[in-house]
Parts: sequence; structure tokens; C-alpha cells
Amino acid sequence: MEPFSAWMEAQGPDADIVLSSRIRLARNLKDTRFPNHMAAEDAEVMLGKVGTAIQGVSGQWPLGFQRMGELSPINRQVLVEKHLISPAMMEEPIGFRAIAIDDLESISIMVNEEDHLRIQALLSGLQLPEAWSVADQLDDQLESALDFAFDARLGYLTACPTNIGTAMRASVMVHLPALVLTRQAPQVFTTLAQIGMVVRGLYGEGSDAVGNIFQISNQVSLGLGEDEFIHNLTTVTQQIVGRERHAREYLRHNAELMLADRVERAWGLMSHARIMTSEEALRLLSEVKLGQDLNLLPATKSTFAQLTLFTRPGFLQSQTGRELNTGERDQMRATLLRKRLQEEAQSA
Amino acid sequence: MENSHEPRADRAQLCQRCETQPASVHVTTVVNGEKFDRYLCEDCARQEGAYHLMLVPQFTIQHVLGGLIGLNPSGQHAEPTPDKSCPDCGYSYQQFAETGRLGCDRCYHAFAEELEPLVKRLHGSVEHHGKVPRRSGQDILHQRTLEELRAKMKDAITQEAFEEAARWRDEIRALEDQHIEQGSQDNGAV
Repeated sequence: MEPFSAWMEAQGPDADIVLSSRIRLARNLKDTRFPNHMAAEDAEVMLGKVGTAIQGVSGQWPLGFQRMGELSPINRQVLVEKHLISPAMMEEPIGFRAIAIDDLESISIMVNEEDHLRIQALLSGLQLPEAWSVADQLDDQLESALDFAFDARLGYLTACPTNIGTAMRASVMVHLPALVLTRQAPQVFTTLAQIGMVVRGLYGEGSDAVGNIFQISNQVSLGLGEDEFIHNLTTVTQQIVGRERHAREYLRHNAELMLADRVERAWGLMSHARIMTSEEALRLLSEVKLGQDLNLLPATKSTFAQLTLFTRPGFLQSQTGRELNTGERDQMRATLLRKRLQEEAQSA
Repeated sequence: MENSHEPRADRAQLCQRCETQPASVHVTTVVNGEKFDRYLCEDCARQEGAYHLMLVPQFTIQHVLGGLIGLNPSGQHAEPTPDKSCPDCGYSYQQFAETGRLGCDRCYHAFAEELEPLVKRLHGSVEHHGKVPRRSGQDILHQRTLEELRAKMKDAITQEAFEEAARWRDEIRALEDQHIEQGSQDNGAV
């Protein structure tokens, strides 16, 4: 497994604020029980069918197909931390589930999560139409071999009625430190909720927005076309990016000393601390990133998305090659981040 | 020191104590006026003695859905949960009310009556306007185009633009013929 996914290179448009754009499509096979109502034999048949279909598209889409049960618990956790699978994929029955991923880690297909298939395309920056185009084409290719459950009126049928219709979830992951610092974030998010958008933390449903990273996605999936949902989210994201930039300029002009002090302190801690919890690391990395974006701190070769991965327990253990307890992780996290920051700041 | 906890919506974040189990309990500790927030799994929260109260059931989308099911539009409980099952997969409506998930795609047909108002409440619409499967949805795509053309023809007639209406009619006929031809070709190939 590559240590980082391609989108983490942060080469996409507005990638300083929009970390990633994601399209996820739910698809289910016709006349087949949904995963929550499946017996082990059904799951086997399902995995066989889907595995063959994925093999069938391998000319255009080379995807590595793996059963979740064959992956070590640490590697499963890394996939969650890289946003390639949802945390639900780590729940029982693990034996029912499989995952297909491409080399760049921009495409993943979750098999037998809540729905039979969850096709995902993940790109750097604000690129929702591009991500949709990838997911749409892959969906077409898979559909040439699989009969998907579809109703002329209700659209694609999913295990949970909240996802029917387009069965599409479009989302962006945004880093909004200045909106949080200027206390504008709550108001922005309330407005988003009023227009049918959901805001979540870094790891989806229910997770907190540690590190000022938020996921914004469409709540509703039925009634509009995919293009319209995508257009709406893109427009909203552009407005949020504009507000964040505006808030950064405001801070720079009105509170530069406070801002410089804050980000320099974060840099100081990050490049000297010996023990660090994941929350502290994420919080400090967010401030370091803000400082770098405003040219108050030296740039690093590693991107924000790459550095945040070092805060995650699964990734730390996969990098170390062994299991670590909480205390060891806090130490390893501090060590790896400290070295990266020190070395990369010197070379820059 | 005081403890308070509230249920969290999801398993997404990992427990800050064991970092392996999903965090489901938010523990706020106040020591000498300083507040500490931690997210723990149930086991760790119990081990740390954070539990003074009974565990409140989780507040997930499924549970919210469960609450929405069986309510009439004014929010009052309408009828008791119907004693129905899907003839194809055997999943009961009661199971859906409990989990918020259906048993198979045919459940949408079996519980159509009950699902319609729920879908409307969730999405504000019951009409799909998005993608149609390119292969298996050809008939639907064809029907969609025909409906659009028929609507245009009707419009033209009400506006007494009969020449335009005739053009739409010809287009509809051509499309229908083409579809019949394609159908017979497909059958021939099998």
C-alpha cells in the first residue's frame, strides 16, 4: 500500500482550502437482499458476482479487489483514515465485505456496506463534476455486467430510503480555520442546513470537526438530477472558500500579531514536543497550515492532508510496522511529525 | 469533579482511551473550573466510572427514521405499524420501523403505500430526475423521452399551433417505430 493517496498531493483547484471532493454512488443488485438482511451464502454469491464484474472492467479500471477479512485490523483502519472506506466497513459481519481500490487511491468500491455497492471517486481540491464523471463512467461499466435495482419513479433503490433517487452523496472536505477563529462558522453551518446541506467532522457522521476540517454534503438525493446537486454544492463551496479567504485577510489586517503568535506557537510545539495526542496534533497542524497559507511559516514538502494522516493511530502503526499502545502512539506521533517539520523546513 | 455524557450520533470517531473501539460517549469533566472533553467507547467510559446514569439509546439516522415512520404529516401517530411483510424477502415492516433499513429492493413495492409519505418527508419529492441505468434502463429512458415529446405536443395543441403539434406527433411516431424495431432486433439476437 502506498503511504499516501494521490489527492493528498493537493494539486487540485482551491486545494489550500478544499482538501478533497468526493462523489459516492450507492447501487444495489436487483432481486437480491440488502446486506443487513443477507445470509452468509447470499453474501458469498454477491461477492463472487461483484468480483467478476470488477475483473471485467479491469482493462479501463484496474482495481485491486480484497475481502475485508483478509486485511489486518491495522490496514482496515488505515483505509478508514484515508477516507477510502467508511467506519461501518470495519463492523461485523466483516466476512461479508470487500473493497476494490485503484493504485492512485482515487477510486474505491465498498462491497456489502449498507448497500451492495458504494462507488466512490475522490479528487484533490474543488472538482465535483470531475469526480462525478469518474464515478458515472465506472457505474456505467459495472452496470453492463450487473443488474441494478432501479425504479422509474424512485430512482436507484437503496437499503435506507434516505439515499434513494440519484443515490448520490457529493461531499467536499474543507479546512476553515479563519471562519472558526472569527466565530463565523456556526452561522455558516446553520445556513447550510437550511438549504439541505449537511456538515460533519473529519470522519463523517457524528465525528467532531477537530483541526477545523469539515465535510459538507447534500442531504437529499431525490428530486434533482446529479448535475444539479453537484452544481449546488459547488456553488456553496465556492462561497465558503470566498468567506474563508476574506476572514483570513481580515485577521491578517486586524490581528496580525495575535495570528503570528498563534501559528508560531503551534510550529514551536509541533517541532519540539515529544508526546502528542491525536487531537492536539490535528489542532496544531491546522494552525501550522493556516500560518503556511498566509506565508507566516515556512512551507513543507508534506501537504496538510499528508501530515494529518500521521496523527491517526492506524497509519502510525502501519508506518512503524507493529502494534503500539496509546502511550507509544503519542510518542511516535510527536517524533514523526517533529522530524518531518524540522527536516522539511530546513530544506525549504 | 462532575461527569456528564450525551449520546453521540455515530461510531466515526475512535475512542480516545483505547483508540480501537468507536467513540460513543462524550465525557465532560470539570476539574477546578477547567473543562475537559473526551470521547470514549462504552467500555472505556464504564471502566473510567463515567456512568452514573443509564445509557441513553443512540441517536442515529435509523432511530430518527424510526420516529418518522408511522407519523402522519401533522406529526401525530397515525395508525399502528402495519403487520406487513415483503413477499420476496420476508422482511417485515416492523423490522424496517426498528432499523430504518429495508430488506431488499422489492420491499419498496411491498411497502409502497407506507413509504410514499416518508420519502416525501425525507426528500421533499417522490420523483427521480437523475441518471437512469444505461443498459437496463433503456425502456425507461425511451418512456421519458416520449413523455417529454407528448407534453410538448399537448402544449402546441392548446396554443393552437397545429403545424408544430404535427411535427411533435411525427417525432413521437418515429421514436415509437424505432423502439419497436430495436425490440424485435434484440429478440432476434437472442
